[in-house]
Amino acid sequence: MINFQYLRTTSVKSAIALLLKDKNAKFLAGGTNLIDLMKRGVTAPEKLIDINHVPLKQIEQIGNKIHIGALATNTAVADHALIKEKLPLLSWALQAGASAQLRNVATVGGNMMQRTRCGYFYDTEMPCNKRQPGTGCGAMEGFNRMHAIFGTSEKCIAVHPSDMCVALTALDAEVVLANGKGERKIAFKDFHRLAGDTPQLDNNLKADEMIIRVEIPVNNLAKNYHYLKVRDRASYAFALVSVAAAFELNNNKITDIRLAMGGVAHKPWRLTASENFLKGKEATLSNFEKAAELAMTGAKGFGENNFKLKLAPNTIIEALNLAKSKA
Amino acid sequence: MEKKILKDDTDRVDGILKVTGQAKYFAEYELPGLTYGVLVTSTITKGKITGLDTRAAENAPGVIAVVSHLNKPSAAAYEQEGGPQMKIFYTDKIFYNGQPIAIVVANTFERATYAASLVKATYAKEEFNTDFAKALKDPKAKKLQGQADYKRGIENAYKTAEVKLEERYFLPIETHNPMELHGIIADWRPNNQVTVYAKTQGVKATQGTIANVFKIPMENIQVNSEFVGGGFGMALRTWPLEIATVMASKHIGKPVKVVITRMQMFTMVGNRPAAIQTIGLGADKDGKLTGITHRAYGETSTYENFTEGVVNMAKFMYQCDNVNTSYAIVPVDLGVPIWMRGPGEATGAFALESAIDEMAHALDMDPLDFRIKNDPETDQQKNKPFSSKNIKEAYKIGAEKIGWSNRKNKPGSLVEGPWQTGYGVSVGVFNANRGKASVKGVLKADGSLLLQSATSDIGPGTGTGMTLIANKLMKIPVNKITFELGDSSLPPAPSQGGSATLSTVGSAVNDVCVALKSAIAELAANSNMDATANFVEVLKKNNLPAIEVTKESQSGKEKDNYSMYSFSIHFVQVKVHALTGVVKVSKIVSVGDSGTIVSPKTARSQMLGGAVGGIGMALTEESIIDHRYGRYINNNFADYHVPVSADVPEIDVNFINKPDPYINPMGAKGMGEIALIGFSAAVANAVFNATGKRIRTLPITPDKVLA
Ligand SMILES: Cc1cc2nc3c(=O)[nH]c(=O)nc-3n(C[C@H](O)[C@H](O)[C@H](O)COP(=O)(O)OP(=O)(O)OC[C@H]3O[C@@H](n4cnc5c(N)ncnc54)[C@H](O)[C@@H]3O)c2cc1C
Ligand code: SF4
Repeated sequence: MINFQYLRTTSVKSAIALLLKDKNAKFLAGGTNLIDLMKRGVTAPEKLIDINHVPLKQIEQIGNKIHIGALATNTAVADHALIKEKLPLLSWALQAGASAQLRNVATVGGNMMQRTRCGYFYDTEMPCNKRQPGTGCGAMEGFNRMHAIFGTSEKCIAVHPSDMCVALTALDAEVVLANGKGERKIAFKDFHRLAGDTPQLDNNLKADEMIIRVEIPVNNLAKNYHYLKVRDRASYAFALVSVAAAFELNNNKITDIRLAMGGVAHKPWRLTASENFLKGKEATLSNFEKAAELAMTGAKGFGENNFKLKLAPNTIIEALNLAKSKA
Repeated sequence: MEKKILKDDTDRVDGILKVTGQAKYFAEYELPGLTYGVLVTSTITKGKITGLDTRAAENAPGVIAVVSHLNKPSAAAYEQEGGPQMKIFYTDKIFYNGQPIAIVVANTFERATYAASLVKATYAKEEFNTDFAKALKDPKAKKLQGQADYKRGIENAYKTAEVKLEERYFLPIETHNPMELHGIIADWRPNNQVTVYAKTQGVKATQGTIANVFKIPMENIQVNSEFVGGGFGMALRTWPLEIATVMASKHIGKPVKVVITRMQMFTMVGNRPAAIQTIGLGADKDGKLTGITHRAYGETSTYENFTEGVVNMAKFMYQCDNVNTSYAIVPVDLGVPIWMRGPGEATGAFALESAIDEMAHALDMDPLDFRIKNDPETDQQKNKPFSSKNIKEAYKIGAEKIGWSNRKNKPGSLVEGPWQTGYGVSVGVFNANRGKASVKGVLKADGSLLLQSATSDIGPGTGTGMTLIANKLMKIPVNKITFELGDSSLPPAPSQGGSATLSTVGSAVNDVCVALKSAIAELAANSNMDATANFVEVLKKNNLPAIEVTKESQSGKEKDNYSMYSFSIHFVQVKVHALTGVVKVSKIVSVGDSGTIVSPKTARSQMLGGAVGGIGMALTEESIIDHRYGRYINNNFADYHVPVSADVPEIDVNFINKPDPYINPMGAKGMGEIALIGFSAAVANAVFNATGKRIRTLPITPDKVLA
């Protein structure tokens, strides 16, 4: 049997202490991704450190920031009155992910850490640089309909599959990480990585670190927002392309704007050039179209995912349209 | 409270058992000494096993045995020359990736699973091809005739027609994926006595296959399959994995249970084969069809041929003097396909019914008017009248309910913001079958009736239908009637497939009831009772606890005199998003023309399931293979998309509900297949009507709409 030890802990400190003791240990949160990966033989941790009893489920406003604990479930966050009122974009993005059953157990930390859904990554009989560096990328010349068009590397063209993370990237969130020495805080947009030469690394979490919460500044983006997820069926499917859009309108003039895309890169893809273009401009279709065009700089298809080159800008335009018509 | 006699909104008779978990499915039987088997599968696509190292597995904790081609017990039929090529454990050949090559048996499922991962095979690999489209283009690749060529009138008459079209249609592999995983419990006991708990659409067929393979008498084999968690055709045969399990039980002398994984559901129990079809249609300017040509290619395996009725519909569905069809199968290095709901007819209807819509468009005719104009009075293929056919009435009902008058013939006319609305229609048709079956009826003095037959229920509600037939004839309340099935020791009945069960077994139920009634009447007369006396009193008066009758029933000459088909019309409204290419089916009206509706609730459920399956076929389902490796890429429920609730609008189900005068005593024709057949074309036609884009490759995913 591929045995593993199951440990349960109730504090951040002891969780990290356990992690430090054993290189091949992993945190177990909702388990909706980790257990699948273990079943498929993609990962085989020797220790599972159950962190579900660590008190990190808080959802609260402190000063002008909303704090969400790493163990708050996707459902708890999406349904929370504070989130619905002040960060509805996040609530919508969460609702667009997975299924109700999964969201009930999936956690914020686990969602950030979930691995790609690339079919080659999951099949241990296939080549995959992410699972086993050096074996090649099965998707590059294979089935890459779901794969990235931005920031790809020769080693890996996988996408990060999360919806929540797209919204958090757009909302200028920060991630608080705990380690043996204390805590550190990084911008959410810097949490995930591009594949580059190290496709095995999805993010910048260090081996001895734990995600403890995300912090999101309160904003004026709760009126005109939309999370648009285009997928192969109406629910319970990963994004072909998704767009998180939110802006502040004053006399039809965009005074603040956030745009991020999912399903297009190895990390949630913030559309800074489009944001800069739209800032100070009228919320018109032609401006939206120009912004969408700007977003596509550097995009590259790999065959089966070429359609994303058209779908992505279209989705940006439609998300902006829907955000505009929301208020 | 007793149920009302002749109430026709009767609930599924086993519904409560099912929703309360009391219905027992094959995997839930706990036999003493039960062991667990897990299959080891090939990781290459074609070649030979050169070595199989089972030592580590055999030494793993809890492992009882590893059975493979190296040590299998005798399966007499496999020892002979000839017969099937895929003789599991009697061949070292690999025909496809994921083929079972060994079974590991242990005292727990987890231990067997782990030990299976320790079995190491080495192979001599050979070149392979799993790409059907590639094989079709390759002049060296084999193409076998799948059905005799058909010709009526002039061949390829469409080519010289006033208005003509020729188009190609592509269907990918689909996988049945019933919720319940496949498997079997096999218990081989001394003296070659075998009991199995199976997931099967035919207990007699399973019994027969095991008897044939191991050359033991049928009577030695008991097959139980009372409840089946969906089949859609994949449980119409006994698969190698099941034979492997029986072998394992024979080898270790203990019962062995195998439940395969969802991933193995893609490689061990068949698929709907991919198909490439060309339709040529010709019409005169007034919209009369003058030529239909349907040429189809279907995928099959290299070790076994599989054919289905892909081109059947073209031969009789429309009035046309010039029709020709051909159907060839093309072997590739994949597991053998099997019928999937609506089977070949659903594949064929997608192409034909799309082409009919295309022709109507070319003629600038309403596709409904075009169909009505070319609706045949008699079956030109068989040269016989239809036993019953109410298609025009069905068109009318459906058109009214969907709001067909809102449809514009010019595509892309109905636009609301980014959403384009379209309407589509399609016909489905399937043979109205009736086979041979036996039923035993026991009428008891306690007022109850027991009916028994070795038929199956994969979900349509067989027991409910049979109960209602008896209820009507005998005037016995539904809750006093029991219908037993799924047991090979009961009177024989065919497998549940081809929409034939209600017609076939129902006729035998009918005959049994008629016989029981006359027996009671005779008893009444002999004991000076009134002819209308209740059977309970008659039996009591005669001191009889019960009387019993067994009847075999099959169709008579009427079968030769009439052309018998069930029909369906599917109307759909879709909304297509111009920017994202998302297609939403927003309204469905299905009309079934399948004779008398015996059991309205379960019949409606069949139509609902057909529509949901149809949405899947049209919009979401596709089993994807990486042809470089011959392995499936999306072999799980996250990536193989069956429709979810949010994809399914309200479905308005209607029935003509007029008895067919000839098919059987109930006047009821089958309807499981027609619920799905044609549906995907209705969606494709609606997408065209909404957008002006004709999509000829299923499924219609956003990328195709945007292309
Ligand atoms: C069928 C299916 C469909 C899905 N569809 C979607 C979808 O459409 N959109 C979407 O966004 N997601 C989707 N998901 C993914 C789902 O959101 C993730 O599985 C889930 O969020 C993971 O959270 P978890 O708590 O279960 O993580 P776990 O499985 O418990 O953990 C995942 C990883 O995170 C690590 N981890 C967990 N918590 C921490 C922490 N605090 N600090 C450091 N490391 C940690 C674990 O060690 C593990 O490596 C789907 C999943 C499935 C199975
Ligand atoms: S895209 Fe990345 S995850 Fe997928 S096969 Fe290539 S390396 Fe592996």
